[in-house]
Amino acid sequence: MKLSKDEVLKIANLARLELSAAEVEKYGDQLSAILDYVDTLNKLDVSSIEPTAHAMMVPTPYRADEVVPDATREKSLVNAPDREETFFKVPKVIG
Amino acid sequence: MSYEVVIGLEVHAQLLTRTKLFCSCSTEFGGEPNKNTCPVCLGQPGTLPVLNRQAVEFAIRAGLATGCSIETKSVFARKNYFYPDLPKGYQISQYELPVCLKGHLDIEVDGKAKRVGLTRIHMEEDAGKLVHEHPETRAKDASWVDFNRGGTPLLEIVSDPDMRSPQEAVAYLKKLRTILVYAGVTDGNMEEGSLRCDANVSLRPFGQEKFGTKVELKNMNSFKNVEKAILYEIDRQGAILDGTMEGKIVQETRLWDADKSETHSMRGKEEAHDYRYFPDPDLLPLVLDQAWIERVRKELPELPEAKRERFMTQHHLPAYDAEVLVSAKGLADFFETCVAAYPQPKKVANWVINEFLRMIGNDETKIPASPLKPAHLAEAMKLVDDGAISGSVMKTVLQKVFETGAPPKSVVEKEGLAQISDTGALEAAVDEVIAANPKEVEKYKGGNEKILGFFVGQVMKKTGGRANPGVLNDLVKKKLS
Amino acid sequence: MELFDLTIHELADLLKQKKASSREITESVFKRVKAVDSKVHAYLSLAEEKALAQAKNADENVGAIHESPLRGIPLGIKDNFLIEGTKTTASSKILENYVAPYTATAAQKLLDQGAVVVGKLNLDEFAMGSSNENSAFGGVKNPWDLERVPGGSSGGSAAAVAAGECIAATGTDTGGSIRLPAALTNLVGLKPTYGRVSRYGIVAFASSLDQVGPLTKDVTDAAIMLNALAGHDPKDSTSLNLPVPDYTKALQKDLKGWKIGIPKEYFIDGTDVEVAKALQTAIETVKKLGAECVDVTLPHTDYGVPTYYILATAEASSNLARYDGIRFGYRNREAKDLTSLYKKSRSEGFGAEVKRRIMLGTYVLSAGYYDAYYLRGQKVRTLIRRDFEKAFEKCDVILTPVSPTPAWKTGEKASDPLKMYLSDIFTINVNLAGLPGMSLPCGFTGSRLPIGMQLIAKHFEEEKMLRVAYAYEQANEWHKKRPKLA
Repeated sequence: MKLSKDEVLKIANLARLELSAAEVEKYGDQLSAILDYVDTLNKLDVSSIEPTAHAMMVPTPYRADEVVPDATREKSLVNAPDREETFFKVPKVIG
Repeated sequence: MSYEVVIGLEVHAQLLTRTKLFCSCSTEFGGEPNKNTCPVCLGQPGTLPVLNRQAVEFAIRAGLATGCSIETKSVFARKNYFYPDLPKGYQISQYELPVCLKGHLDIEVDGKAKRVGLTRIHMEEDAGKLVHEHPETRAKDASWVDFNRGGTPLLEIVSDPDMRSPQEAVAYLKKLRTILVYAGVTDGNMEEGSLRCDANVSLRPFGQEKFGTKVELKNMNSFKNVEKAILYEIDRQGAILDGTMEGKIVQETRLWDADKSETHSMRGKEEAHDYRYFPDPDLLPLVLDQAWIERVRKELPELPEAKRERFMTQHHLPAYDAEVLVSAKGLADFFETCVAAYPQPKKVANWVINEFLRMIGNDETKIPASPLKPAHLAEAMKLVDDGAISGSVMKTVLQKVFETGAPPKSVVEKEGLAQISDTGALEAAVDEVIAANPKEVEKYKGGNEKILGFFVGQVMKKTGGRANPGVLNDLVKKKLS
Repeated sequence: MELFDLTIHELADLLKQKKASSREITESVFKRVKAVDSKVHAYLSLAEEKALAQAKNADENVGAIHESPLRGIPLGIKDNFLIEGTKTTASSKILENYVAPYTATAAQKLLDQGAVVVGKLNLDEFAMGSSNENSAFGGVKNPWDLERVPGGSSGGSAAAVAAGECIAATGTDTGGSIRLPAALTNLVGLKPTYGRVSRYGIVAFASSLDQVGPLTKDVTDAAIMLNALAGHDPKDSTSLNLPVPDYTKALQKDLKGWKIGIPKEYFIDGTDVEVAKALQTAIETVKKLGAECVDVTLPHTDYGVPTYYILATAEASSNLARYDGIRFGYRNREAKDLTSLYKKSRSEGFGAEVKRRIMLGTYVLSAGYYDAYYLRGQKVRTLIRRDFEKAFEKCDVILTPVSPTPAWKTGEKASDPLKMYLSDIFTINVNLAGLPGMSLPCGFTGSRLPIGMQLIAKHFEEEKMLRVAYAYEQANEWHKKRPKLA
């Protein structure tokens, strides 16, 4: 199955990627080829099979509801492309 | 044409945990931006979520309090979308397998009882906060992100589309809020956003089974606004269906603008969503053992209905009093604390319902901050019983206590409100009243004993209500004889 | 032999006997790095000053009194491990200037044992790749033949250890990213059971498949490294709270009574002739050591690669959403509105393969395709897991090739993603099933390219795998061979 240009653009938009016309063409072809290959899975009847999300079957552990102070805020903030005091700053978002 | 409105509510309740849902940061608000953050709730590379046990316990509690079945296996899923207040590019929520399913709430509107179904309750993390004006510089040329709220645990409680009027929707929301506050899982404060309500509203011709196109309403931060927004939306959709207004009803999100009293579309701002939910691979399934669920059930705080019954049997209150008192947990607690110190429930109920409720403007969120405490009310009632003040000045005393927070006794002293039981102190006033009203004296002496009340009233007026009524009565009788 | 040529356990003996100091070892390693890394390009950043301080610390045994064999040993760390205060790029332009605010649990455990960190190692961008050609900062060369790739995604780790640029290294393995490069560079590469080692602080690629492990010069070193890395971490919900055995105790030479499973699906046409021959010889060797080789079948083997490329890309598309130019990482400065900030930052920050996988992962999760792709992939994953469960009813450990071919030439598969994906055909299913797997040297081609064999064990039975590996290794000399880097 060949992905249409619109489909490629729709996926790119969902993933917040901007593609050039050449990339749309290239990714369209490559993704189509990969999906054709992936379609070999359709040979299997999986109607009665449970899905596996994890290879291990144990429940999720819990954390106690106790505050642990963290001193790394500034170390995180120094990585911000733009900041003001202790805010992260972004271009105006229409509220 | 008239239409039937179909309403379903989605309520988000912020849980009263000390820490966030997936990290050990405090859930406290206010303070410096990003003060309560860590690499996990800032979505730094390599970080992983670990579930807060208390949040799970609260979810179980909320489910049990609303008659839900508690699912022994539920799954956390990622809801993928981009927004600056969403640090990981996805929100951890529950999707296909939520923790609670199929509950109900009983409401009453205009004396008519109705059961509203609950579709589900699930856990999720809150987003951060985006401010569009810098709090100090007042600059507006950018937006600023603060993740203090980011990662706070929420319950999303989804109702069935069972409500058929704005009044029913509000009654449901009030009932839900009361129960959640009773269960101790949220403070339920709508103004501060710890309880948020979205409404799905659609219209259909009466008799039609199929639902109409639904519109999601957001941004209603009070019961009143929920009612107004739904009313507005009913009118808007009705006008479109009738052709008196141009346009088409489309499935969309509309924001309620409380200042303009209208809803407006968020279209264009948000593109068609495709959240690409899938099980979060960083978290394993949430598996609840039955023993835990049973323990939570046993420890579940008393809920409004049970409390009302108990108030009627244990405290022998009339149904109306009991209903009013349990309508808010804070009020019921105020009442019971007071009864413990002054074991005359009906009298306490009267003062709480008639005076205290008025003082706080019928707003139970003001109870915790009220300077008038249950002990004060009990003390004031005892002062009346002991003859230290008269019943008629008690109102004045309570009002002063409410204004100042000073205990009743000191208010009485400071304001000179003590009861006058000394005949000597009253004699002059009685003499004056008798001297000034010769006609009434005639009538009394002519056999009209009812006129006695007039003299008592006049003296009371003169003493600012402080005269001991028994003593005064006897004195007036004596003087007139 | 120079100090940098030795193994962890050999150096630990020298340190114990005070015949060498950590400082000497560390200096030897840095000298080697300076001599060869311009050709190999294994490192993205070096931490010489810190490393010498750590070496000094180890020599003085300051801090804790520990008898760890890792004390004073210079290690390389794959650059998708966060170490506080150091750059962590995951070989991506989007993280080019990212300075980690905290340290990964796995890295911390090595530091706690007194290890010396030489620097951060090159990898395929976000660990996505099989050749290490997908690094935003230039590919890595195979020390055995500089015209060839070292394998990926832990290509820098493999090349550095093989070239003597560190004594051992950490890697991560999502579909073969430790085992494949180890096989192509004559090293031991171990991917532990999913949940054995903490993932906290590892830049995530595919969360349900990623696992941390070591690349070492021999099996003993692999056991030593696993001893240090393994264990429960309360910060990683998927790390299991199970006791950690002393893996070096598992290293025994005889295999009497052991059953080794040989799955026919892994011995197929299309595998390089010399690789196939080396594997046959390896099978004969384990038989001679007393093991019984039994035929087992893993019928869904062929479905592994397509399943993997659904599940891994789906998880990756979501894991990589946080690289949005808001809180850290690359931001396009020209963007005036939010949407273009996102799109331009991400498009310019990510490389081609990463974008391809994000696109694929986004597609398989999108409305209307979830059931057909993602859910189906999860179901096939169940079938693959069950294949192994059944096979392990008949054997203790499974033996297979690691890669159908020895190291290939740089550029050879670069233009055909599908062809590249098939390099992982023998390693991927181990990740899907969450099993431990390891690669160890089992010979060379005529042109002196290393060949690896893979051992796979049941969940949390790394000891069995290590025992077979050790017995095999001790019966050969492959692991002692070093590349002749001029």
